[in-house]
Amino acid sequence: MSTPTVLDRAADGAAGAAAGLRITPTWSLGSRRAMRLVERNGRVYFRMWVIFVSGFFEPLFYLLSISVGISKLAGPVAGPGGHLISYTAFVAPALMAVSSMNGAVMDATFGVFFKLKFAKVYDAVLATPMDSGDVALGEISWAVLRGGIYSCVFLVVMAGMGLVHSPWAALAVPVSLLEGFGFAAVAMATATYMRSWQDFDFVTLALMPMFLFSGTFYPLSVYPSGLRELVLATPLYQGVAVIRGLDLGSPTWSMAGHCLYLLVMSVAGLMVASRRLERLILK
Amino acid sequence: MFPESPLIQARALTKRFGSFVAVDGIDFDVAPGEAFGFLGPNGAGKTSTMRMIACMSPVSSGTLRILGMDPITDGPNIRRRIGLVPQEDTLDLEMTVLDNLLVYGRYFDLPRKVIRERARRLLDFAQLTDRANDKVDPLSGGLKRRLTIARSLISEPELLLLDEPTTGLDPQARHLLWDRLYRLKQQGVTLIITTHYMDEAEQLCDRLVVMDKGRIAAEGSPRELITRYSTREVLELRFRVDDHAPLAAQLAGLGERIETLPDRLLVYTDDGESAAKSVADRGLDPVASFVRRSSLEDVFLRLTGRTLVD
Ligand SMILES: Nc1ncnc2c1ncn2[C@@H]1O[C@H](COP(=O)(O)OP(=O)(O)OP(=O)(O)O)[C@@H](O)[C@H]1O
Ligand SMILES: [Mg+2]
Repeated sequence: MSTPTVLDRAADGAAGAAAGLRITPTWSLGSRRAMRLVERNGRVYFRMWVIFVSGFFEPLFYLLSISVGISKLAGPVAGPGGHLISYTAFVAPALMAVSSMNGAVMDATFGVFFKLKFAKVYDAVLATPMDSGDVALGEISWAVLRGGIYSCVFLVVMAGMGLVHSPWAALAVPVSLLEGFGFAAVAMATATYMRSWQDFDFVTLALMPMFLFSGTFYPLSVYPSGLRELVLATPLYQGVAVIRGLDLGSPTWSMAGHCLYLLVMSVAGLMVASRRLERLILK
Repeated sequence: MFPESPLIQARALTKRFGSFVAVDGIDFDVAPGEAFGFLGPNGAGKTSTMRMIACMSPVSSGTLRILGMDPITDGPNIRRRIGLVPQEDTLDLEMTVLDNLLVYGRYFDLPRKVIRERARRLLDFAQLTDRANDKVDPLSGGLKRRLTIARSLISEPELLLLDEPTTGLDPQARHLLWDRLYRLKQQGVTLIITTHYMDEAEQLCDRLVVMDKGRIAAEGSPRELITRYSTREVLELRFRVDDHAPLAAQLAGLGERIETLPDRLLVYTDDGESAAKSVADRGLDPVASFVRRSSLEDVFLRLTGRTLVD
């Protein structure tokens, strides 16, 4: 039998931290076993790479449309530090946060629902040494990987367009992974409650307004108080605020609060997803 | 009872779904290296029992110990040493035949090189080598079944659970599997099998239990069960009538027992030939009349009141 090394666990970052809070006694083996499901998904997507790549383009097209056209109409705006920046520089880091969200949510909802209800993938997986916590962690990690790849490529594109303004932007990568983990975990937990494909309209219904209104395209100062607090509480806003602050070179201590929010989302989503799988399959 | 401590020990093992009792307090032991069978009509609780042994379904009450461990706390460690052929195939339809084996092996944390080597041999055994790179979805039912069986062996399990393994297999594939299972047993692998085929149970099982309505109705080796619950021979009679029941009365006294089926009558006796003579003596004229040895089928009929054919 194999025991994971300390390195293994440390390498898992947010995933490992979240796994540590699982109630299953075998948690220490979890993070390593969970990677087997990541391998499985990688193998499946290897043959469908077009689908994998396609998910990246939506935020990229937004960025291009803004930098080519919209920014000509919109004047400079006040950035996180207070100084004026171009409109494109304001929106770009927010779109990086959106990339991470999109990439993470897709597989954690549609993918998980399909495997759970139709393909019965987890019925086979749970007959092996893997347990429901491993499955949840594995699927979420996969989704984070996908979201992470999207947001990293996005960051590279931003750099190419001269939209990276500070070395702090390097930290945007781990933050986007944490954000992806939070979204994927909650999305997977939600997917276990879905009854049919129709229910996925609600996912779109939650994501679309969040994408448009979470300070992505304009600062929160346009909102009256009340509405502003509501937007402050959305998960996407957390990612947007931190990634924008880092990219524009004005880190603040409030970022720790946003990260804590995302961490709580990650752990709660992971725990719910794991328990739900157990209830649905291990009857 | 056993020289070695049992590999599986169940006491008052119970499975409830809501208020419905699917497995109703059964006791059994399975010794290492044994081939143990569960027989029973549809809904008897065989799959429910198998799933509990596979640590895929929590025990509602009673105790279950597998390989000396408790499924509640040691599920992953038990499953590491078990191979499972579930009643319904759970192949990964998004992947190819070969990838199904490779990925499944990885769930057991085996090194890729080892899995590759085993997969090659298992594809050979399942006669799927030339389909290795085909998608699983369009395969025929029997081919999928063969892949499921091959997959269960990728971890070289000590304990193999087979829930109706040969359903949907053609005779050639069935015999190939029997032969394989026989060889695994020679190597010391413990087998647990549920089946609706009596010949399969007689061929493979050292010992079996007949389950009905969640309970164990009888337990023993196939030979013992036949001796205990049936006679040496059976006389089967078919008459040119729609309903065989009224004729049963006219056969009263022949043999130890008479079983009435919709299409025939079975006379249980130790001497079939002389029973057949008595039938003629009573002036009855069956369209068909033949004597055969008792089988597990008869035991099953006696204990559950049902034939095995679904
Ligand atoms: N998840 C479940 N929820 C509710 N009832 C269930 C569930 N699984 C099984 N049952 C019930 O438990 C009983 C036993 O089912 P089980 O599948 O164990 O039977 P079986 O002996 O394997 O039958 P078969 O020969 O048809 O495979 C059946 O009445 C079935 O309807
Ligand atoms: Mg069954």
